[in-house]
Amino acid sequence: MVATKDEGNKHKISSDEIALPARFSSLEAVRNFFVHAATESGLDQSDIDAVELSVDEAFSNIIEHAYGGESDERIECSYVDESDRLRIVLKDCGKPFDPVHVPEPDLDASLEKRKVGGLGLYFMSKLMDELHFTFAKSPDGKKKCNILTMVKYKES
Amino acid sequence: MEVNVSEHKNCVLIDAKGRIDSSTAPQLEETFNSLTGKGKYKLVFDMSEVDYISSAGLRVLISTQKTCKRYNRGQLVLASVPERVYDALDLAGFVHLFTIYDDVTTAVANV
Repeated sequence: MVATKDEGNKHKISSDEIALPARFSSLEAVRNFFVHAATESGLDQSDIDAVELSVDEAFSNIIEHAYGGESDERIECSYVDESDRLRIVLKDCGKPFDPVHVPEPDLDASLEKRKVGGLGLYFMSKLMDELHFTFAKSPDGKKKCNILTMVKYKES
Repeated sequence: MEVNVSEHKNCVLIDAKGRIDSSTAPQLEETFNSLTGKGKYKLVFDMSEVDYISSAGLRVLISTQKTCKRYNRGQLVLASVPERVYDALDLAGFVHLFTIYDDVTTAVANV
């Protein structure tokens, strides 16, 4: 884990990163890592809660959809604390994920018609201010990796 | 997470302590499935000590509710729901799919 703090910059940008196995037992560490970042960045409690739930949903989605279940592959988690926003990045080199193919849940559906799943991405989109899905080649150039960036704005 | 089950005359009371996420939700699912598998469909879930719930936990609640309400044989009701958990239920659009009681006693009396 590497923490950097640029004291010379007037916005005191700080960042940190951690890589954790794609296992559900990593979730607690993932949440703690980002809750610490959100707290340090000065977000209020409801925004810290939003970050905690969003990173949990994102990490769980990667395990389930990109890796098709738990795996020893690592998911890279990092953040950049900027003056006006907290930028969170999760990177995996599993199956490419395209959010366009994920339908939004029907919140008004009756119990019989309500689908059991499909909430994770919806939660992330509602709780964060920006979501970006991009792709990049893995360091060895052999695989395509998913890069999910989630942004939470700080109140001005 | 710790899950406890206690049988009442007219229903079964389940309580969980801790965080319900993708790692712990299977344990809760197993508890609910074992009850519905034994023909217990009137369930009260005391959520007073649930600190956190993700969509993995919500999936368990909705699928248990579907099982319980089938053929009008019962329902899963929620009791003492903390604000943060309620917010997640609300965000998921689940509030209208569950009866929510302020306290366990009222829930047990009315399920």
